[in-house]
Amino acid sequence: MTSINRRDFGIAAVATLLLPVVTAVAEEAAADPLAVHIDNFVFQPQQLTVKVGQTVTWTNRDDIPHTVVCAGKFRSKTMDTDGTFAFTFTAAGEYKYFCSLHPHMTGVVKVE
Amino acid sequence: MSEHDHHDEGNGVSRRKVLECMTWAGTGLLWTVTGGIPHTVGMVGSAEAAEAQAKGMTFLQISDSHVGFDKPANPNANGTLEEAINKVKAMQVKPSFMIHTGDITHLSKVQEFDTADSIISQSKLDVHYVPGEHDFIDEEVKLYKERYGKGTKGAGWYSFDAGGVHFVGLVNVVDLKAGGLGNLGNEQLEWLENDLKGRSKSTPVVLFAHIPLWTVYPQWGWGTEDGARALEYVKGFGSVTVLNGHIHQVMQKVEGNVTFHTARSTAFPQPAPGTAPSPGPMKVEDAKLRTMLGVASINFKQNNQPLAIIDTPLVG
Repeated sequence: MTSINRRDFGIAAVATLLLPVVTAVAEEAAADPLAVHIDNFVFQPQQLTVKVGQTVTWTNRDDIPHTVVCAGKFRSKTMDTDGTFAFTFTAAGEYKYFCSLHPHMTGVVKVE
Repeated sequence: MSEHDHHDEGNGVSRRKVLECMTWAGTGLLWTVTGGIPHTVGMVGSAEAAEAQAKGMTFLQISDSHVGFDKPANPNANGTLEEAINKVKAMQVKPSFMIHTGDITHLSKVQEFDTADSIISQSKLDVHYVPGEHDFIDEEVKLYKERYGKGTKGAGWYSFDAGGVHFVGLVNVVDLKAGGLGNLGNEQLEWLENDLKGRSKSTPVVLFAHIPLWTVYPQWGWGTEDGARALEYVKGFGSVTVLNGHIHQVMQKVEGNVTFHTARSTAFPQPAPGTAPSPGPMKVEDAKLRTMLGVASINFKQNNQPLAIIDTPLVG
């Protein structure tokens, strides 16, 4: 008796927890407002505007490692193919960044 | 500074041949020094290389081995490095030493450095390294210097003399600035100026570094921001040779007393400037890959013959 009750409770709890997560993933996939991809040694989009508190995620889709560096603000580890880096912007401003391995690669995040 | 191509003149390699070579990536060039002027005498194993070796000091250049690289452009970069080293081992007359112009590893992993050592050491040659940007991406940026930095200054620059030639290994992959190219930095440039000061101007000088010291294609970052300052310091010298890697293809330029040359990679080819959306690894047919990878060999000559640089690939 006791064990069945606990299981029922468990299933209900998991379902409740899953619902908002699934919704969030679906929204992100549709709009993708917080993602920067690296393709062919280019940050895309090169300029991104986000709100304070939002998290931007960079993904390297090249066969060569890249980094994301914003002097004094953030510095990713080296991202190999499919590697990602995320940074949450807590203050408004213009964040110019570049790849420290291929410095001709530059981008900017504007935080409002 | 006047710019011309020595290969248009005299009995040197024809301009067409040089241009043909420029489109390929390679194994290892053999360079030789028979007095004043360094020149490459062809790829390891070629008839020219064997003949030149008998006459003077020769040394090898390999570059961009990217140990650990396993993407479609070459799923086995360790294997092609091994093939290049096997060619070196098969040489009848041993070169005096080898230089490696950087990107020894792909991701600066301990295991990649270990594998590189175990393969390259089979050549049984002294190897003088300079780092590429791929050799400085471990978390603490210490593995390259621990292995190859002994007796070097700063990020790993140094000089040495061999066969009457002054060799200078430079580091231009550190502290790169947003929007910029390769970078030597003030400290290194001041050291270079002092290092060359007081040397006889008749001493042949070889500068080697990973990223080309001359501007090859700035849109892809192929050049060195303050490279011109380094070249200023070697202006008075009668014979200057600048050897680089990074761009995974053979390219040559002669400007006054300075000959610039880039070596092939032993790992994967990269596209000619502007011919692809990016400088990333270039996937070619399997059968063609080994014609685009290689090693260089260099020979210093006694008289004033034009500088001849011939590159021959791993295969073909």
